[in-house]
Amino acid sequence: MSEREITYADAIREAMSEEMRRDPSVFFMGEDIGVYGGAFGVSVGMIEEFGPERVRDTPISEAAIIGAAAGAAATGTRPIAEIQFSDFIGIGIDQLGNQAAKMRYMFGGHATVPMVVRAPAGSGTGAAAQHSQSQEAWYCHIPGLKVVTPSTPYDAKGLLKAAIRDDNPVVFLEQKLLYRKKGPVPEGEYTIPLSKGDIKREGKDLTIVTWGRMVPMVLDVAEKLAAERNYSIEVVDPRTLMPLDAQLIIDSVIKTGRAMVVHEAVKTGGYAGEIIATICDSEAFFYLDAPVRRLAGLDVPIPYNPELERNAVPTPETIEKNILDLLD
Amino acid sequence: MTKEKRAGKPDLSVDKLQDMYIKMLYTRKFEEKVAYFFSRGMVHGTTHLCIGQEASAIGAIAALEEGDWMAATHRGHGHTIGKGLDLKPMMAELLGKSTGFCRGKGGSMHIADITKGHLGANGIVGGGIPIATGAGLSVKLRGEEKAVLCFFGDGAINQGTFHESLNMASVWNLPVIYLCENNQYGMSMSQKRATNVDDLSLRAHSYGIPGVRIDGNDIFTVYETVKTAREHVLKQGPYLIIAETYRFMGHSKSDANKYRTKDEINQWKEKDPIPRMRRYLEERKIFSAAELDAIEQKATADIEEAVEYARTSPDPVPEDLINDVYAG
Repeated sequence: MSEREITYADAIREAMSEEMRRDPSVFFMGEDIGVYGGAFGVSVGMIEEFGPERVRDTPISEAAIIGAAAGAAATGTRPIAEIQFSDFIGIGIDQLGNQAAKMRYMFGGHATVPMVVRAPAGSGTGAAAQHSQSQEAWYCHIPGLKVVTPSTPYDAKGLLKAAIRDDNPVVFLEQKLLYRKKGPVPEGEYTIPLSKGDIKREGKDLTIVTWGRMVPMVLDVAEKLAAERNYSIEVVDPRTLMPLDAQLIIDSVIKTGRAMVVHEAVKTGGYAGEIIATICDSEAFFYLDAPVRRLAGLDVPIPYNPELERNAVPTPETIEKNILDLLD
Repeated sequence: MTKEKRAGKPDLSVDKLQDMYIKMLYTRKFEEKVAYFFSRGMVHGTTHLCIGQEASAIGAIAALEEGDWMAATHRGHGHTIGKGLDLKPMMAELLGKSTGFCRGKGGSMHIADITKGHLGANGIVGGGIPIATGAGLSVKLRGEEKAVLCFFGDGAINQGTFHESLNMASVWNLPVIYLCENNQYGMSMSQKRATNVDDLSLRAHSYGIPGVRIDGNDIFTVYETVKTAREHVLKQGPYLIIAETYRFMGHSKSDANKYRTKDEINQWKEKDPIPRMRRYLEERKIFSAAELDAIEQKATADIEEAVEYARTSPDPVPEDLINDVYAG
């Protein structure tokens, strides 16, 4: 039997719909998610099935959306809040970082805040500086939040279902450029734990840790270099950045002896620094044959011009050049 | 001893009147004790006292029903006592003890007990308004006949969260009573300098909801207004109340009062809500002077008992430091 293929956006919709059918306390709110179907069409058709109470169009009020999700979550529901672009989370960052993330700890463990903030991230759509960022490191820096960023339709569905069932606030960063990409997703029920990374490609010469839309890009380069130069590159996708599956990365680096981290987010203060520190703090350090490298977005806002935009973040060319620098 | 019901506007039983009066006394005496602890360096950090504002906290919560929710502010000791939370874990929290409501991790600014409908004091001005709104959404989604009382101050009324939340609650018809305790100042900034609208209840017009301005130092006026508001919100959506009041103490533990005059403070002290209620109860012979003295002695004794409990409670253990960042 051939495996079913659906898009990343379809997988996200399926995850939400399945969880809303399963659990009446789950509901969904955000800007233009109802009849419009969301800015990226992720929720098309959901209002027809679940109605306007559970698929709830909001005013353009990001602080109130995130804060109301926190309040609803603390009082017995499981909200999924869509923020139209992840860049807009900044408008509600106090409600996310100061309220939702901290309620449990500062109330002495007497609160649970089971909410998901879903938001599209990343550049490549010509939307310029305020609609194109990759801010995952911001959220990883706030204890109490979990941070997830899937790279395939299969992962998107299983991780989102797990995120909705999780008793913590989860920031679920979707990849705009992957929404229309198809991949195998089985019909049946499954979840992916929010603590397990995935080896997307096995190899023995070099470990590349990467996530989001950089995963397919790195995989393409790895295939090319395997064909052209017989390089064996292992690609590790943490999938969940907080909490990080550090052991998976450490074990891979012990095996390959070389490591590189690739992310779209700007380099300075980026999550690559954290991953590299994790490698260097571990026994993997003694297996390293070369300095650990990071390839990340330039320290610039995302520009509008298509060529400038493309070159503001890692490209197949820069990924290949960095691999060759390490392996040649 | 059975007493006849008090003649007058609110139809309150003698027990209810006694409960309201003693909760105002608890609040005053709790805070006087806290102020003493701070002056002697016996507790660290900071605290915000509501001495002078007890009527708005106690009167408003007295009008709630079992199962209603309440969101407090950084000046929240009266809110917590009003909601009927035990004085002992409250004082223990102030002293940072493991028996405190937050196991010593929250302190004065984060006292909460979700199980008793207390959504938390809040360290962020206006931070609790979206959370209360979300609690209202949660109640509405479950189809419960419950209301949410959301406290905030005049400082919060100029925050974006106020606007976003009241608008959202209005379009969604949420059962939330928004109660602004206008104590006339932020830290030092007069409300009159912070907004050109003298009557803050006019803000309600922006959201198409009722808004009233009341004497917040008259516990009966506060009670009656919130009672009316509660009936309204269950059927017709949110309600804004501006309770005019005044804090006799500084903003936080240290305050030189440079921004206001002694005359002004003294004028407001004439309207102190506690002697006002006492006069009312005595003049109408609901309680004799001796009975009122006995209530006051009980309040003092209960606070002393809470202090003793807190003092003799254990500190948190080092392992508690890393507990409860995440649920599960």
